[in-house]
Amino acid sequence: MDDFILRAMLAGIGLALVSGPLGCFVVWRRMAYFGDTMSHSALLGVALAFLLNINLMVGVLGVTVTVSLCLLILQKRGSLSTDALLGLLSHSALALGMVLFAFMSSVRFDLLSLLFGDILAVGNEDVFAIYACAAVILGLMYFLWRPLLASTVNRELAEAEGFNPDLTQLVFMVMMAAIIAIAMKIVGVLLITALLIIPAATARWFARTPEQMAVASSIIGVASVILGLEGSLQFDSASGPSIVVASLCLFLLSLFASRLINRVLGKERGQ
Amino acid sequence: MQLIEMDGVGIKRQGRWLIQNVTLSVKAGEIVTLIGPNGAGKSTTAKTALGVLKADAGKIKRKPNLKVGYVPQKLAVDWTMPLTVGRLMSLTAKPSKTEIDKVLEKTGISHLIDANVQQLSGGEYQRALLARAILRTPDLLVLDEPVQGVDYSGEIGLYNLILQIREELNCGILLISHDLHVVMAQTDTVVCLNGHVCCSGAPEHVAASDAYKQLFGDAASQSLAIYHHHHDHSHKADGTIVPSKGDSGDCCNHG
Repeated sequence: MDDFILRAMLAGIGLALVSGPLGCFVVWRRMAYFGDTMSHSALLGVALAFLLNINLMVGVLGVTVTVSLCLLILQKRGSLSTDALLGLLSHSALALGMVLFAFMSSVRFDLLSLLFGDILAVGNEDVFAIYACAAVILGLMYFLWRPLLASTVNRELAEAEGFNPDLTQLVFMVMMAAIIAIAMKIVGVLLITALLIIPAATARWFARTPEQMAVASSIIGVASVILGLEGSLQFDSASGPSIVVASLCLFLLSLFASRLINRVLGKERGQ
Repeated sequence: MQLIEMDGVGIKRQGRWLIQNVTLSVKAGEIVTLIGPNGAGKSTTAKTALGVLKADAGKIKRKPNLKVGYVPQKLAVDWTMPLTVGRLMSLTAKPSKTEIDKVLEKTGISHLIDANVQQLSGGEYQRALLARAILRTPDLLVLDEPVQGVDYSGEIGLYNLILQIREELNCGILLISHDLHVVMAQTDTVVCLNGHVCCSGAPEHVAASDAYKQLFGDAASQSLAIYHHHHDHSHKADGTIVPSKGDSGDCCNHG
């Protein structure tokens, strides 16, 4: 295997390990559109990183965290519905990013690779950053699992019984921002949410508890990354869409499999 | 020992008082029931007592390190989250397997330990929520309409269970309920709420009051009316309290 493929595989697997459990929370909390908003605003982060000549991931992290804080503040003021706010933030950040790019005629950049991922762009330092980030996020999730889950089930219950849902939500948003920053090069800003949602949705068919769903989601994510990157090499397609198509195939496969299992079980029970 | 004392508490949202001047307290081993029409601020009062809502007026005193068990009015677990009854028990605490088995047996749902919470019937679900709340051995149990979606015989079973829990844990219970007959029979203190405390005290005292009759109708109070008293004030349209002539008491009249 070539070096760059190995790097992409390693990076993708690290990413999928984290996106599994995090994606479960995105599904449970119905935050798919929120994830989209944050990832679209990553483009503005890239533009600012070029403009200020800072690290790409730092720029993306800064902008996505700012956008999610803006959302929290605007939500509290309660003048617009959440989906309208998300639309406003998502597209404004995307548009701002594009306009900023237009001003920087001196910088050469490949828009398609930003939008859909480019495994050739994954360097050694990226692999290192992804695993460092993944370790921190997984550690945080391990320690915050109970409060995170409790406030997902019912925010008021969690608060009444001694947790701090505001803090938990803030940490969750920062984790989302971090995963977007590290996922950008592999799946691209337009498709990051798919990597969060599809493996989690697939895992739902087989899980009996939230923990099982989180672990299954990670495994399915890793499988999607491996299959997707193989496919990307085979068909010379962009890495992001290939990974998402692979995860879609797994989702459909599991849909039929679970139907079949249910039918067989139903027959055994004489229904 | 008072577990919680609310004194003149108010919650204001968008320039409107959801509740105003609410005073109540719960002692260990005492059942305090909040009654009142829809929109009277019963859940708001309960959430304020729990500290989920911050009071905009008044004072709240809680016993230090008060351990709370809460059954919210609405707890819809999204179907995307796989959650069994057994797993629900350790949502906010870390009980042992034997503790879980014991509490499920007490609430009569041992056979449902591996069932998905989304597939439970109304009565089974309320029992599961109650089991989860008492598993924490709380000092204060806050139950927001714990018998919703439960049929009549199930209701009686649940209320008996609540009484039994009170005996065993000696915890204070703040209960929100619409079942006036049960409230009047099994509660130590009734707080009749309609944005503010209309009337509070022992069940027979509240049932006899004019405020109660106005809110729930004469029929509701007739069987329980033991004595009658007069009201010492009325309300202006904006809710301000105006003293009126008559003897003093802790009830008010809506005029």
